[in-house]
Amino acid sequence: MQTIIQLSYFVAAVLFIVGLKGMSSPKTARTGVLWAGVGMIVATAVTFFYPGITGVSNYVLIILALAIGGGIAWSSGKKVAMTDMPQMVALYNGMGGGSAGAIAAVYLLAAQRDLVDSGLQSVQQQMGSDVAVLAVLGGMIGTVAFSGSLIAWAKLDGRFNRNSLVPAQQIVNIVLFAALVLTGIWVLFTGGVFPIALFFLLALTFGVCMTVPIGGADMPVVISLFNALTGLAVGFKGYVLANPALIIAGTVVGAAGMLLTHLMAKAMNRPISNVLFSGFGTTGAADGDGPEGEMKDVGAEDAAYMMAYAERVIIVPGYGMAVAQAQHKIWELVQLLQARDVEVKFAIHPVAGRMPGHMNVLLAEAGVPYDMIFDMEEVNEEFKMTDVALVIGANDVVNPAAKKDESSPIYGMPILDVEDAENVLVIKRGRGTGFSGVENALFYGENTRMVFGDGAQVANKMVAAVKEL
Amino acid sequence: MIEGFTALYIFMLAAVAGYEVISRVPVILHTPLMSGSNFIHGIVVIGAMIALGHADTPLEQLIGFIAVLLGAGNAVGGYVVTERMLEMFKSSKSEAK
Repeated sequence: MQTIIQLSYFVAAVLFIVGLKGMSSPKTARTGVLWAGVGMIVATAVTFFYPGITGVSNYVLIILALAIGGGIAWSSGKKVAMTDMPQMVALYNGMGGGSAGAIAAVYLLAAQRDLVDSGLQSVQQQMGSDVAVLAVLGGMIGTVAFSGSLIAWAKLDGRFNRNSLVPAQQIVNIVLFAALVLTGIWVLFTGGVFPIALFFLLALTFGVCMTVPIGGADMPVVISLFNALTGLAVGFKGYVLANPALIIAGTVVGAAGMLLTHLMAKAMNRPISNVLFSGFGTTGAADGDGPEGEMKDVGAEDAAYMMAYAERVIIVPGYGMAVAQAQHKIWELVQLLQARDVEVKFAIHPVAGRMPGHMNVLLAEAGVPYDMIFDMEEVNEEFKMTDVALVIGANDVVNPAAKKDESSPIYGMPILDVEDAENVLVIKRGRGTGFSGVENALFYGENTRMVFGDGAQVANKMVAAVKEL
Repeated sequence: MIEGFTALYIFMLAAVAGYEVISRVPVILHTPLMSGSNFIHGIVVIGAMIALGHADTPLEQLIGFIAVLLGAGNAVGGYVVTERMLEMFKSSKSEAK
């Protein structure tokens, strides 16, 4: 039986890596996640026969917990809207971190209880130093990821938007972290329930306090970081439990997540340390004179005619499009334009939407084929040869200030060179500033026309106008 | 069974594998990928099952129960949302109706 169990874990680990590999191309992504799913089922099923699982009551509890946790997650996962995906991922990730933290708690509690029989002095002697250190470390990381992810979820879901809980939050956080590490060491070298309880309480508090000051725009980076951390915690738990499937799956996710976090932070031109330790927009709000010139607006119909008689059109969608639920209408418009032999492309900034790649998901939901969607690097040169660039619901990612104005808080962020296009159309709800609160010179440009109104309504009018031609 | 240095090698090789596999992922798949890797660390649920299986006191059982509950939520929820997102990706060729 032992061989079968180990063999099954091996198969599961292989399936996870194959699945993750499959997810690296849109063609194979679907089969990739299916393989990973098979791996998960195999690993879970075989664990019922794991040696040392004792007592009927424990079996009943396992099945009950699997059914309840799985059932709730299944129904919530089926219902969640695509626009809400980032906070849902944060929530599920938090669960994984919490699970890793709870496992550490069970093993540390068991170890300190065993001290009575073994006559040893400390948890570290009882478990062996390597196991004990990784149990504490994994427990700490998992628990921090748990409470931190919950805050990230609440912030993205608009349930919570305070940026500090106490004055001098950063100093409090440093003190908390130091206390957390010291308590962790205390847990290792003593027995008793109290240090363990204090340790987990501090870890929970630190996760909350660490995430609260981080601004909404940076949240995707943080979720990705917590995702990587949870992976790492799971890998450490694998060592504690001597379970290679956990080590491999956890570490693969840890490494992949770190890389992904780095890529995201780079796309925003925000070093990770910057994201974590400074609140965005709280420092040096743009106090410049504002851009020259004035906004020139145009009706939706005229804007539609411009596109209908153009040869090349590039559409730059932002989160505003998704909020207005305009992606279906935009896709209808694109199909009409294509029928008139207009070449249409979608250009996606790496941080469009609430998470890198989020905009692609939202466009895919509307039915846009992925080979019409281009990354910033692929498409930026082409704006020069484009007749009309249509910006809908995007702002900061097309703001030329990121290139020209050193005093701007978004200076240095790579942007889509929309202003190079012959004509720029901007669909915008009102005259206000974007997510970062920065004025956008693009809107005042010579070749820019503003189409004011709700994204979906404007798109609707455009569709009607093109149909009538 | 897996002692110190063997585990260290496993850690190292798994980290390289994770890094390599991700480095070739196009940006358009980043969100499903984050969700997919989130699903994979849902494997923590088997660790939670083992922990609950070994629990002896009511307190350990309670914490173990929470561990399995959260782990199952991570695995199942992560799978469902990843699958839903990837289901929607179509190329213009396969779309021919």
